[in-house]
Amino acid sequence: MANNNEFRTCPDTGLQFHRPAETLMKLNAVVAVVFLLVGGILGLLLGLTRWPAIHLLGASDFYKVLTLHGIDVLIYWIIFFEIAVLYFTSSTLLKCRLATPRMAWLAFALMLIGAVTNNVAILQGNSSVMFTSYVPMQADPMFYLGLILFAVGALIASFVFLGTLVIARAEKTYEGSMPLVTFGALTAAIIAIFTIASGAIILIPTFLWSVGLIEGIDPIMYRVIWWAFGHSSQQINMATMVAVWYAVAAVAFGAKPLSEKMCRSAFLLYILFLQLASAHHILVDPGISSTWKIFNTSYAMYLAVLASMIHGLTVPGAIEAAQRKRGFNKGLFEWLRKAPWSNPSFSGVFLSIIIFGFLGGISGVVMGTEQINLIIHNTLYVPGHFHATVATGTTLAFMALTYWLVPVLFRRQVIFPKLASLQPYLFGLGMSGVALFMMGAGTLGIPRRHWDITFADSPLTHNFPEMANALLGFMGVSVLLAVVGGGLFCLLIVGSLLFGKRLSLTEKGETPLIAEPVTSYEGVGIGKIVAPGTLVLAMVFLTAFVLYYFINWKFLSQTWGLS
Amino acid sequence: MSSLLPPPDRIWWKEPLERVELIWVAIALVWSIVMFFMMPYWHVYGKQNVSNEAYKTTPEAFKAKTEAMVEQYTVRTETAGNIPVVRPPVGDVYLLARLWEWWPILELEKDQSYRLHIASLDWQHGFSLQPANINLQVLPGYEMVVTVTPNKSGEYSIVCNEYCGIGHHRMIGKIYVTE
Ligand code: HEM
Ligand SMILES: [Cu+2]
Ligand SMILES: [Cu+2]
Repeated sequence: MANNNEFRTCPDTGLQFHRPAETLMKLNAVVAVVFLLVGGILGLLLGLTRWPAIHLLGASDFYKVLTLHGIDVLIYWIIFFEIAVLYFTSSTLLKCRLATPRMAWLAFALMLIGAVTNNVAILQGNSSVMFTSYVPMQADPMFYLGLILFAVGALIASFVFLGTLVIARAEKTYEGSMPLVTFGALTAAIIAIFTIASGAIILIPTFLWSVGLIEGIDPIMYRVIWWAFGHSSQQINMATMVAVWYAVAAVAFGAKPLSEKMCRSAFLLYILFLQLASAHHILVDPGISSTWKIFNTSYAMYLAVLASMIHGLTVPGAIEAAQRKRGFNKGLFEWLRKAPWSNPSFSGVFLSIIIFGFLGGISGVVMGTEQINLIIHNTLYVPGHFHATVATGTTLAFMALTYWLVPVLFRRQVIFPKLASLQPYLFGLGMSGVALFMMGAGTLGIPRRHWDITFADSPLTHNFPEMANALLGFMGVSVLLAVVGGGLFCLLIVGSLLFGKRLSLTEKGETPLIAEPVTSYEGVGIGKIVAPGTLVLAMVFLTAFVLYYFINWKFLSQTWGLS
Repeated sequence: MSSLLPPPDRIWWKEPLERVELIWVAIALVWSIVMFFMMPYWHVYGKQNVSNEAYKTTPEAFKAKTEAMVEQYTVRTETAGNIPVVRPPVGDVYLLARLWEWWPILELEKDQSYRLHIASLDWQHGFSLQPANINLQVLPGYEMVVTVTPNKSGEYSIVCNEYCGIGHHRMIGKIYVTE
């Protein structure tokens, strides 16, 4: 073990923080929250523009803000936070020094410089190309360069994580296999390396094309490779989010996995099959064979979807079993009724699981079905879907973890605890509304990325159903609620870091910050089922899934014949 | 041990599974297989499938083919910009996308099948036929051929739903379907 002065032991949780790792976790997390704040404000402007009664921004500002919002939240908020999680799950959970802190600093610097360069390019106004930057529409070279620098930084950070795992193993800082949460983070890091390689393969030529060194880029090739990057990066988010779910279940309930084997196998399925999914973005593109589409869009017969369905059961299942072991063993749902609903770490994760699964998961599988994509592609349904997955699911999970990191990592108390308990509900409810109403409007054909669905300045026009206007209005109201919830989070966290009561670095605080680990699930549950309540919830989920899936086939069967 | 700590059994892959996990995996696996087979099933029995037919093309070539059709089959023009309305016989029909219009306006007959060729002359566009809600990606350099069979008469709009620059929200076209 390295020099003990380089480590701080948290008196409340017993976790050991390597000081350089600790600083880097803090920095990455704080920068992430700043991007979330900026992105949330931009989201408000977008929501108020797509609310027909308000229609706030002008067209060119709308497209600029849309590009910026997509990139700031989807890439910078999420990935900066993920890097903090990678360092936490490697260095802290394995009680190991961070490999090459200098490289980790370099990674951070590159990411920050890249993000700022890219933001400035967008703000200057000639890079309103959306985060997908489909060729042959061209952005300023600085736009691509910023993204590339950021990606290189993220790649280095992923290697620092892997290096830390190697050191921990070599120096035997832990016994046996690595913890499940670290295993999940490892999954994320492996996918990240594949992802960033795809990003480099497509963004570097695109950059060279933007400065005139390459003649042109084939649009279909661009879309296939870009999505190998764009979609896989969602799998990094998935894997990290699930790791955070397991982490919070352990922190709040001392939950152990129902079985290590099942959870880890499900992560392995992610590594094996998630990358295939770039296909579901090109289901209605010209010239791609259906056989290829079917195999890829289903992630090889839905094996990766299966993995997510497994995590969707095993996380709440572990929470249930742990609660039962703690004495809430009556009936089907005592464990849930008596859960700590006012603890924002728990409620955040619980809402994340429910919203991710019911709204994001189901809609994603449905619209990723080869033929059903015909009635959904590029409508507002698509942003509806990913505001349920990454914008609510992943974001809420990260928010939940942050409430716990404030005292543990930053040694400050969260200010205004009452407001903090309320915050996940505000954000979760608002964002669910945003997602649902976007999906509803999309079902009625409302296009995504569209400034004027009344077509006021065109020679021809189209009248969308009245209902669509109403849905967009409801979306606008939900946007307000979501922004209040999201803004409250940023204020609470920044406020706590600046003004929260300091906690001692050496003495235990009065509120416990981590639950005693449960060691076995012997004797809980009903019959031989340790988590019967969760199984019931899972069956409700499946029923909703099956019904909604076939309703969409029905919708499809009513439109024009196509072949 | 909790998920934050190393598992007690070093050899975690030999640990027994919980019964609740087995039940759920079995159910979820069956459902995954059902969903998988729905796609090939629909290729055989369904009436709405994505076409696999596409050709490489150039803006000039595609424009020439579309213009030839317009020349031959225009029945009238509409709007101040005199957009041609074309009523082609059953067979091959052409629709081009460019900044920021769908050209020309097509007039088709209900329950007839047409081979609709679509390509972009410049950037990427999104063909979104409303209210039928059929959505296709339109790329420059690729000519997609979809066989369409309108099942209801009326006026349809083609909205552009792939962002294509500052005139994106003005890009709208028409298809009329007659009895
Ligand atoms: C306060 C919360 C948020 C609000 C009110 C909000 C609202 C919106 C709105 C109205 C759009 C425009 C949809 C369109 O016209 O096509 C949009 C797009 C988008 N949002 Fe959000 N959003 C929020 C948070 C997030 C978060 C946290 C993420 C990701 C982690 C996210 C990712 C995206 C992406 C990727 C797009 C698509 C950009 C594009 O089409 O290029 N949003 N959002
Ligand atoms: Cu267009
Ligand atoms: Cu467009």
